[in-house]
Amino acid sequence: MNCIIIDDEEAARLIIGQLCTQVDDLDVIEEFPNAIQAIKFLNKESIDLIFLDIHMPDFTGFDFIQTLKNPPKIILTTSDKNFALEAFEYECIVDYLIKPVTLPRFLKAIQKAESTPALDVAASSSSTGEAKGTGSEENDLYINIDRRLIKIDIPTINVIEAKGDYILIKTEKQNYTVHSTLKKIEEKLPEDVFLKVHRSYVINFKKIIDIEDNSVLIAKDVIPVSRSKRPELMRRLNLL
Amino acid sequence: MNEAPNLSYIKELSAGSEEFEEKIIGLLKREFPEEKNEFLNNYNSSVFKAAAENVHKLKHKIGMLGFEDGYQTTIAFEEGLLKGEYSLFSKFMLILDSIDEFLKNL
Repeated sequence: MNCIIIDDEEAARLIIGQLCTQVDDLDVIEEFPNAIQAIKFLNKESIDLIFLDIHMPDFTGFDFIQTLKNPPKIILTTSDKNFALEAFEYECIVDYLIKPVTLPRFLKAIQKAESTPALDVAASSSSTGEAKGTGSEENDLYINIDRRLIKIDIPTINVIEAKGDYILIKTEKQNYTVHSTLKKIEEKLPEDVFLKVHRSYVINFKKIIDIEDNSVLIAKDVIPVSRSKRPELMRRLNLL
Repeated sequence: MNEAPNLSYIKELSAGSEEFEEKIIGLLKREFPEEKNEFLNNYNSSVFKAAAENVHKLKHKIGMLGFEDGYQTTIAFEEGLLKGEYSLFSKFMLILDSIDEFLKNL
């Protein structure tokens, strides 16, 4: 098995790393002091097991798990017994280790991880060399709000509106205000679905309900269409 | 306080690796005084939520240095800080001071 360690505390990473040296066929690929760095890594690499601290500033272990579409097996490492109940809500969590972790307890957790089948094909894709969750990269967008990474399902985005140094992302369920620009978010969205119809608006082309002269209706929002963008909009329409 | 800090856990974990022992002890010597000071600053400034965070971090080190009753005291103190209950402060300080002294002599 290959694994990574996520813990804001250096001593904890050192200890888990040392414990891993005492298990055959368990390779520590990388260590991370925070979850955000680990998410970036997991977008490119596939691993079998994560040792994950719960209590981290800004982005907790549970926040981290929720960002993973196909999580690998996870062993929680924590100094806090109070999270045990919550841990049972996650299928990917195979064990819960209380710090300071002893070798016998660690070995028991590894045995559990080894005997637990992988959750799905994507989670165990390291053996096939496939990158984790290619579909996830295509459909998901992570936005940073109050130092939390929140996942948005791209097809659910209706409209994005520029508001000074911020953008307002309106989805089917919720609106998000993010410190970014229309240009930056446009680069992350599929060109065949999203179209900039005005200097302040990018729309999801598939969400158009109707079009009038200088505007489109999406959900309950009337979005202005600038004169220069109108030909492109009309070109894309499947006109009868 | 009947307990005293010791290196049993670290020795057991090291499985004879001097490199690991040096690394972890070096880390404890470097981080512990800083974390203790940060805790005291927050506690003395009545920033109890931040102080509880400091205690949470110190808790692992206290456990690593062999405290069992002391570990339970630390858990209770951390929870107390978040509820406005500070009676375990002196007991907690005895643990921190004994670790401080222990690390200075390593």
